[in-house]
Amino acid sequence: MNPVRIGNGCGFWGDSVDAPARLAAQGQLDYLTLEYLAELTMSILALQKQRDPQAGYASDFLEVLPTLLPYLPTLRIITNAGGMNPQGCARRVRALLDAAGLTGLRLGVVSGDDLLGQLDRHELRHLDTGEALASVRERVVSANVYLGSGPIVEALQRGAGIVLTGRVADACLTVAPAAFEHHWRWDDWDRLAGGTVAGHLLECGAQVTGGLWLHSEECDLADIGYPIATLAADGSCRISKPPGSGGAVNLETVAEQLLYEVGNPAAYLTPDVTADFTSVQLRQSGPDEVSVSAARGQPAPEMLKVSIAYRNGWAAAGTLVVPGPGATAKARRCGEIVQRRLQRIDALPEVFYVEVIGSGDTLPAGTVPIADPPEVLLRIYARDLHRAKVERFGRELAPLVTSGPPGITGYTSGRPVVREVFAYWPALVPRDAVTPQVEIL
Amino acid sequence: MSRLTVHLSEIAHGRSGDKGNHANVAVIAYTPAGFAWLREHLSSERVRSYFAPLGVSRVERYEAANVLALNFVLRDVLAGGASLSPRSDTQGKAFALALLRMHIDVYPEELQAMRRRL
Repeated sequence: MNPVRIGNGCGFWGDSVDAPARLAAQGQLDYLTLEYLAELTMSILALQKQRDPQAGYASDFLEVLPTLLPYLPTLRIITNAGGMNPQGCARRVRALLDAAGLTGLRLGVVSGDDLLGQLDRHELRHLDTGEALASVRERVVSANVYLGSGPIVEALQRGAGIVLTGRVADACLTVAPAAFEHHWRWDDWDRLAGGTVAGHLLECGAQVTGGLWLHSEECDLADIGYPIATLAADGSCRISKPPGSGGAVNLETVAEQLLYEVGNPAAYLTPDVTADFTSVQLRQSGPDEVSVSAARGQPAPEMLKVSIAYRNGWAAAGTLVVPGPGATAKARRCGEIVQRRLQRIDALPEVFYVEVIGSGDTLPAGTVPIADPPEVLLRIYARDLHRAKVERFGRELAPLVTSGPPGITGYTSGRPVVREVFAYWPALVPRDAVTPQVEIL
Repeated sequence: MSRLTVHLSEIAHGRSGDKGNHANVAVIAYTPAGFAWLREHLSSERVRSYFAPLGVSRVERYEAANVLALNFVLRDVLAGGASLSPRSDTQGKAFALALLRMHIDVYPEELQAMRRRL
């Protein structure tokens, strides 16, 4: 069986909109995956859907898809762009494909991850605190279970050239095409673990090809190539990038990404498998190519993870530039002035947080000795359950330009934008309580 | 021979990210000798006290010897996590660089065996 070549052209909603077409053009891919859904993206999409029942998906995909048309139908696409509304997204995609003359291209739609209508059927205790969901139940805006690779494979078996999903575990976008092409069984734990390692390495796009690399100055990031996994039937793979592209693939870039956002590396949980990342062997197998082998897997967890988001007030953050000498002290004093002015009118938000960027405030205190920086960026953040308090805070920054210490500047973008805040509530549901659905349009 | 004070980045690279209100920091040695040094000296308590100013409650340390790495999970260190954190660095993306600036004391001949090789 030939290895299957899978490339990932998008690591999050907000990633480069040019990357997918560049990867499709240069990658000689069998499959292109596009990953759009960070933990809290779903809550934003849920609100969009509340306002407009046709919305609630990653609209970037509709901008990207026209750039991929020249590579269809040979290239198959798997994406979670469906977000909170896979059907709504699918209708737009179908119309776009039909208009391009691709009427015969089958569109697979995976749903069943949305548990918002079933909240009272499950306990959904907070994964860390054990607290019952009842305390925030009325404020929940989205609840999505992470589906596995199974329904994507079913869509591929039914001939889908594009598979559009809601919430699935990110690695499954890669595991599914490999499982489909190589006919893996759902208890092929080692192979599923190998596919999961490949999917984990790919899911953040350019983070495995030189992005975030501690020695990234040794490669060209401007022309960075997005990653490709060439997956063999035994679950091993080679990680690479298009020839001639920028970036780098080496033991350092791959090791850094292997452990990115990982807890216990010996038990990385997905709906498909419990993967042991500590069993994996890395080898530089060519220029900008690393072979990844020997992954071991254990049976998949009994419970599936649910990601719940609930409304938690309002927030805003504003910045001002504070020049030296004594910039740090001046900036901190500005923070105190704003705080006292808000206290005077009894409008101090519940969370009021002053950062002096340039004085070491993003690091643990005392990490780096701080000289007298020529200027710093004052950033003040406010959050409260009441929108009015956050709006009132937003009006208190500009006055510093005339009634603060000398030289204050950088007030050009107007009052801070007040946005709604969502809190994250991770929980578990039994696997048999979840019914994935697959449709072909 | 007396020991030298250098940054942790002389012997290791790394990356950090978030999981809810927790962060993970992977510290990856350049050589097996460096990994042995990390295992002996970079305890979870040492990492916890380093990040104490950011409110970390406890630190778990995992080993991934296959890539010469220690993976630290820093509990409750993100002031509420991605959506709620009042900080610029809502996801702990800067934490690996912060930890790699830690000062460590090593013997010169020891350092030679732990440095990055090109």
